[in-house]
Amino acid sequence: MSTTDVATRAEVGSVLHRAPAGAKLVGLAVASGALLLVRSPTGVLLAAVAVLAAYAAGRVGPRAAWSQLRPLRWVVPVIFVVQWLTLGPAQAAVLSARLVMLVALAALVMLTTRTSAVLAAIERGLAPLGRLGVDVGRVALVLSLAIRSIPVLAALATRVRDAGRARGRERDVRAFAVPLVVGALRQADALGDALRARGLDD
Amino acid sequence: MTHPVSTEPSTHAPPARWTVGASDAARIATFAALIAVLGMPGSIAFFGNAVPITLQTLGVMLAGALLGAWRGALAVGTFLVLVAAGLPLLAGGRGGLGVFVGPSVGYLVGFVAGAAVVGWLVERARRTTLPGVVVACLVGGVLVVYAFGIPAQAVITGVPVETVARLSLVFLPGDLLKALLAATVTVGVVRAYPPAAPAARR
Repeated sequence: MSTTDVATRAEVGSVLHRAPAGAKLVGLAVASGALLLVRSPTGVLLAAVAVLAAYAAGRVGPRAAWSQLRPLRWVVPVIFVVQWLTLGPAQAAVLSARLVMLVALAALVMLTTRTSAVLAAIERGLAPLGRLGVDVGRVALVLSLAIRSIPVLAALATRVRDAGRARGRERDVRAFAVPLVVGALRQADALGDALRARGLDD
Repeated sequence: MTHPVSTEPSTHAPPARWTVGASDAARIATFAALIAVLGMPGSIAFFGNAVPITLQTLGVMLAGALLGAWRGALAVGTFLVLVAAGLPLLAGGRGGLGVFVGPSVGYLVGFVAGAAVVGWLVERARRTTLPGVVVACLVGGVLVVYAFGIPAQAVITGVPVETVARLSLVFLPGDLLKALLAATVTVGVVRAYPPAAPAARR
C-alpha cells in the first residue's frame, strides 16, 4: 500500500473507514452477539443510540444506510405483524428493532470497508487453519478465480440467452441452463488446464 | 481425467492435508460464479415471506449433482464467502454480512449442506438417471435446505416454527419445480459433456 493511498483514505474516510477490516469484522461479531442478548425495550433504545452513534462515527448518511437496509422494507413489516399476533406488541417491537439493528451494523461495516479488504481479512483469519493442514493459499486462489469468473459467466449467460431468443426459445429454462452449465464446465476445465500448465500441480 | 478432492500432501512445506487440485479449484471457483450468475436475472420476491425465489437454488443443486459432495459444498461455500465480503450476489442483489444475521441465514447454511447431500446421493448412483437425480435434488436441495432454513428463521424472528413452516409452504411448488429442472439439466449436461459426471469417473 502506497503512502498516497493511505493519505487519500485518511482525507476521505472516517475513523471507521481507516480501521483495519479484521478489527471491524471482530467488532461486528461481538456487537451482534451482544445485541442478541438485548430483550427489554430500554435495552433496545440504548442499542439504537449506540448504532446511531456508530453511524455518526462512520460519517454514513441516511441515503447510504437506506441502500443497505432497503432489502428489509417488506420483510420487517410482515415479520412484525406475525410477531404481534403470536407474541404480542412489546415483544414484536423488540425483536423487529433488533433485526433491523443487526443488519444495520453489518451494513455499516460494509459501507466503510472495501470488498478486497474484507476478502484479505477473511484469508488472514483462515491462516491459523493452515496449521490444521488446510491449504490456505489454495483457498485464496479459489476465491480470486471465482471473482474473475463472474463477469465471464455473466457474458456467457447473455450469449446463451440471445441464442435461445434467436431460436424462439427464450421461455425454455432448460434450453438456457444446459448450454450455460456445459459452457461453464468447459470454461472451468480450460482454466484448470491453464493452471496446471503454469505449474499448479494436481 | 479424474480429480477427486486431493488429500495428498502438496510439495510445499508445511504439508497441506486439506487441499484441492488445480482442476478442482477451477471447477469450484467456476460453479461459485455460476451460482452467482443464476441469481442475477430478476428474482421473484414473494410478499408474504422473507426469502425471495430465484434460480440460485438451482445452481446449488447443480453444484452438488455435477461436482459431487465435497466440491459442490466447497463451491457453495466459496459463493457465500464472496457474499459475506460484500459482493451483491445473492438473489435480488443482496450481499454483505447483513444477510448472515438476517432471517434467511439458515437457508444459506442449508445451501452448503444441501449441495453436499445432493452430491453424496448422486455419487452413490451407478448411472446418472433422471429419477435418481430428482430424488437427490428433492432430499438435498429441498428437504435439507428447509431443515436448516425454517428453524433458523423461527429463532431469529421469534415466530413459532410451525408458523414459519406454514409460511414457507409458498416456496414448496417452486422448489419442487427447481429440483425437477436441476435433474433435467444435470442429465442433459452429462449427455452433452461426458467429463461432467463426477460419479461416473470414480
